[in-house]
Order: sequence, then structure tokens, then C-alpha cells
Amino acid sequence: MTSDLIVFLVLSLVAISAALGMLFSRNAVYSALFLVLNFVTVAVFYLLLGAPFIAMTQVTVYAGAIMVLFLFVIMLLGAENLPPSDALPWQKPLAVLLSAILAVEAIYLLFMNARTNMAIAAPEASVNTMENLREMAMTLFNQFLLPFEVTSILLLVAMVGAIVLTKQEKGGRS
Amino acid sequence: MVPVDYYIALSAILFVIGSLGVLSRRNPLIIFMSIELMLNAANLAFVAFARMYDSFSGQIFVFFVIAVAAAEVAVGLALIVEIFKTRKNINVDEMNSLKG
Repeated sequence: MTSDLIVFLVLSLVAISAALGMLFSRNAVYSALFLVLNFVTVAVFYLLLGAPFIAMTQVTVYAGAIMVLFLFVIMLLGAENLPPSDALPWQKPLAVLLSAILAVEAIYLLFMNARTNMAIAAPEASVNTMENLREMAMTLFNQFLLPFEVTSILLLVAMVGAIVLTKQEKGGRS
Repeated sequence: MVPVDYYIALSAILFVIGSLGVLSRRNPLIIFMSIELMLNAANLAFVAFARMYDSFSGQIFVFFVIAVAAAEVAVGLALIVEIFKTRKNINVDEMNSLKG
């Protein structure tokens, strides 16, 4: 067992426990905090995979902005603890069954196509520098310029949509 | 040295947990968080493959996925707030009509 593998196994244990904690917490605030832990762990995986820019984006955008938005809405609506409803009693067993089928499918495909010779070494120290950022910026602004511009339009549409949806109408409905 | 299969397996496990959350939980906020978890699992697979093939395209795609996730969360949470304002309840089982 190399040190790489030990780090990977410990981190993946943390990531999976955090995901399960998110799923099984009764209180939505705890779910959100478990999800933050999961996102930070995945950011460390990105660092191990030699993608420092994506790791930092993950921490600022996902663990920072998006989860703060979630916590804000949970506390605004008081939705920490919704009463359980019994509208569809067969739903939970069916959900577990379908997820188990998905898991079996994924594991089967993985074992069918396993190629253990493709190993990923931890990046050398030189990868986690500005060099990665420069290479990535060159790719982003040359090869992927059009998708980048389209993304800005998407963000504008989302911003306008969020404002329109939550705006109070004059003389208010409620 | 970590085989790339391990990363893909971890990604698959996280994706299955996310799909279980979408299918079984009734709180729309938790359903949203599960969707984020699934997007995150896909991102992990993308970055692992980008490292395996030594290409930047996978990382760029993760960048776009993160932007789309941010847009999706902004609009989705606005919708949930609006539904709460009109119905005083956000249980997804109660949302069974198209009338406002």
C-alpha cells in the first residue's frame, strides 16, 4: 500500500460517509453541512488529480456560494424538519430497489471494463502551480471560447429568472 | 499510484447515493442537494479521466458544469421560495396541481 492509496481510501471513506449523512439526516441544516464536507473532500480529490484551479472553484462556488444559498433558504422557510407524509407508502422501498439496481449495474460495468494498468500518480509539486492555470486559461479562451460566452448568457438568464420569480408585485397578491 | 478505476468507483457510489436521495426524500431542498451530489460525482469522473488522458478538456467541462449548477440552484431555490409563499408548504407530495 503506497501512501497515495492510503490517502485516497481515507478521503473516499470521508466522502461517502458525508454523502450518507446528507441522505439520512432528519434536519435539513445538518444535511447541508454534511454536503459541504463532501464538497471539500472532493476538492481535495481534485488537488490529488492535479487540477488545483477546479479545486479552488469547487470550494468557492460549491462549498461557499451554493451551500450558503441553500442554508439561507432552509432557514428562511423554516424547512429544517418537514413532517413525514404518507402519500406514497411504497415509494421508499421502490427507491431503494431502483438504486440497488443502478449500483449493481454500475459495479458490473466497472468490473467488465476494469483496466487496472491505468494508474494515476500523485501530481508532482510542479503541477500545482500557476502553470496549470495558464494551460487551462489557454484552452478555455482558445478552444472553448464560444461555450464560455454562452455560459455568461446562461448566468444572466438565471439571474434575471431568480429576480423575476421572487419579486413582489405592486399591490401584492399575498 | 491509485488506479483510475478507484476514482470511477467512488464517483459511481456518490452518484447512486445522490439518486437514492432524489427518489426517497420528500423535502425539495434535500432533493436539490442530492442533485448537486450527483453533478459532483460526474465532475469527479471528468477530472479523473482528464488526468488519465492528460488533457484539459475534462477540467474545462467541469468548469461549465459548476456554472450550470450555480444557475440551476439560483432559479430552483427562487421557485421553492415562491411555492412556499403561495402554499405555506413545500412538501413535494402536496405539489400536485399546475394552478398557482
